[in-house]
Amino acid sequence: MSERILSVLVEDKPGVLARVSSTISRRGFNINSLSVGPTNIEGRSKMTIVTELDAVEQVKKQLNKLVNVIKIVELDPNMTIETEVLLLKVSINKDSQTSVIEKASLSNATSVDVGQDFAIFELTGSSKELDKFEALMKPFGIIEMVRGGRIALQSNL
Amino acid sequence: MTKEQLTGAELVIRGLEYLNVSTVFGVPGGAILPAYDPLYDSPIRHILARHEQGAGHMAEGYAQATGELGVVIATSGPGATNLITPLANALMDSTPLLAITGQVASTAIGNDAFQEAYTVGLSMAATKHNYLITDASEISQVLKEAKFIATTGRPGPVLVDIPKDILNQVAAWVEPGDLDLPGYKPTTEPNPKMVQQASSLIKKSKKPILYVGGGIIHSKANNELFELATKFNIPVVTTLMGRGAFPDGHELCLEMPGMHGNYTATTSIQNADLLIAIGVRFDDRVTANPSFFAQNAKVIHADIDPAEIGKVRDAEVPIVGDAKSVIKGLIEALGDEKLDTENWVSELKEMKTEFPLSYKQEDKGPLKVPYVLEELQKLTKEEAIVVAGVGQHQMWVSQHWNFTEPNTWLNSGGLGTMGYALPAAIGAKTAYPDKLVLALDGDGCFQMTCQELITASTENIPIKIVVFNNGNHGMVRQWQKIFYNSKFSASELTHDTPDYLKLAESMGAVGLRMMEKSDIEKVFNKMLEINDRPVLVDCIVDPDDMVFPMVPAGGSNDQIIMNEEDLKNL
Repeated sequence: MSERILSVLVEDKPGVLARVSSTISRRGFNINSLSVGPTNIEGRSKMTIVTELDAVEQVKKQLNKLVNVIKIVELDPNMTIETEVLLLKVSINKDSQTSVIEKASLSNATSVDVGQDFAIFELTGSSKELDKFEALMKPFGIIEMVRGGRIALQSNL
Repeated sequence: MTKEQLTGAELVIRGLEYLNVSTVFGVPGGAILPAYDPLYDSPIRHILARHEQGAGHMAEGYAQATGELGVVIATSGPGATNLITPLANALMDSTPLLAITGQVASTAIGNDAFQEAYTVGLSMAATKHNYLITDASEISQVLKEAKFIATTGRPGPVLVDIPKDILNQVAAWVEPGDLDLPGYKPTTEPNPKMVQQASSLIKKSKKPILYVGGGIIHSKANNELFELATKFNIPVVTTLMGRGAFPDGHELCLEMPGMHGNYTATTSIQNADLLIAIGVRFDDRVTANPSFFAQNAKVIHADIDPAEIGKVRDAEVPIVGDAKSVIKGLIEALGDEKLDTENWVSELKEMKTEFPLSYKQEDKGPLKVPYVLEELQKLTKEEAIVVAGVGQHQMWVSQHWNFTEPNTWLNSGGLGTMGYALPAAIGAKTAYPDKLVLALDGDGCFQMTCQELITASTENIPIKIVVFNNGNHGMVRQWQKIFYNSKFSASELTHDTPDYLKLAESMGAVGLRMMEKSDIEKVFNKMLEINDRPVLVDCIVDPDDMVFPMVPAGGSNDQIIMNEEDLKNL
């Protein structure tokens, strides 16, 4: 099933994230990713919700009923710039060090911290690129990893 | 000139007065106490309920009978949690409600203070919207917003939670200004293109059905509906929430469809070639299994809530808008069109004669609810406001009572809240002290909120209650009989505990009892004569009676169980 990306403009008021997520779970819909942050307009935040569902119309309508939700746009995947951020802490030792750094650099990941036996990389990119990087690092031993929510903008708007 | 300085509590009461609130229902308590002080001096009438759930249903009854905002006040913690049921009930049945709850002091929030509950979180899924006030200066504006949200678009409950320190905080009274609600703009005027498309479908239809519900009543569109149906000769089914939107007894009125709907109403939808659905939500109690529902029909679905359209059934013509505007638009678009529906109307008329609602009342046998209801309606000369609980008696009232006016039938349709009838009747009678208000209840339901009889007595609200006492949770018993081999697990109450006459008397009401056919006239006439106190009639009825017709949950509306005989073929 293909993914759907909703860009949701909301009032920046307390509880708005709870209202949105509660509506989604209340109606039994699953989401793959949700991110929220400020916009260039004062008092407005934007949520990017990635979901895999046929019932995207219902989600849109139910979210639209929330008083604090101003506008919902479903982004066209073909015309959308989408990105996600990852921080990954991987084990290194004398033998693996070179290989890890080489692979990270080829993946366009930036090293943000290096210790005796670990390195932390940061990578921004599409979800697929992030998945790929994770797979590349796995054999070396991932100690900890965190991925931020996916954010998106339609390029022709 | 300096502005008038008031406490948050005074701002709340002033705000309610400003919004023309004349009656509130509630129960005081610690956190809300500051608000009760200025309330004492206000012209607003406060009805002291005995439980917050009762107060909430009273406010709902008030709102359902008047079509206007109902207001309920409760304290923090258990006061607020007790309100969750009426809030959820009002959300399901689109009743405009404003709940004001006290909260622990803002400095104590999150510390598990005495009587603290996370009211905004708990009520989030049970309200249309809710607020936590953080400064007394917000109060007047938030109350205006809350009323606006509760009463416009698809109506619903709105809760305003106010911490105790904010109720004591001093701020200036400022008349609320324009509303700034960028995310809340209900569409009331339908798209003319959609109305045009709908009218072309109607013109082509030979077997149309107007499938209408609570939306007609909220939008006060019953006159327009009457014109649409009668001018173009289109039969009407009225859902449980829409009873009274089109007058029973009219030859085009097929009354209630669905699980316990009558044969003709349910079957007319199955045989229709077009459903003109207005202010309805294709509830499972109407559709049964949606894949078998109205398979031959195209659907025009008009609703003020866009989320209802396409939720259960895709519509060929979706129309977002207020029922009244939509119907006016349809009447205009149809112009002088003559629909070819004569055969259809007479086919349904014959069906009605062939498959009437039936029951058998024997002269010496136990009383049957449908019979008692029909006798009661004969004895009431005036148009009554009828309020029911949930279960067998509710279905029988909806089936057998003749509703001819909107807002005269109050019940808990969506949530199915037992205990609704008595408090809701109190609310309705508060709004219309001169009208006859009948709570027609079951014994199981009555016992859930019966302490509110004290409220009715002490507040001088002389409602009349008929408890159809079958000593059982009747609908549960019916299902156990049909689906669980008559294993009556936990469905039996008792006929005689409590003694309803003593209960009524102890609570300041008059108790009467009815056991057989020959009692009916005498007892009901007595009940109707007493107007200085509430009256409770303990009506002993047959515990083995079942509600028919019936379509089992998830079944097909093509297979209607008409009577006990049909059960053998299940």
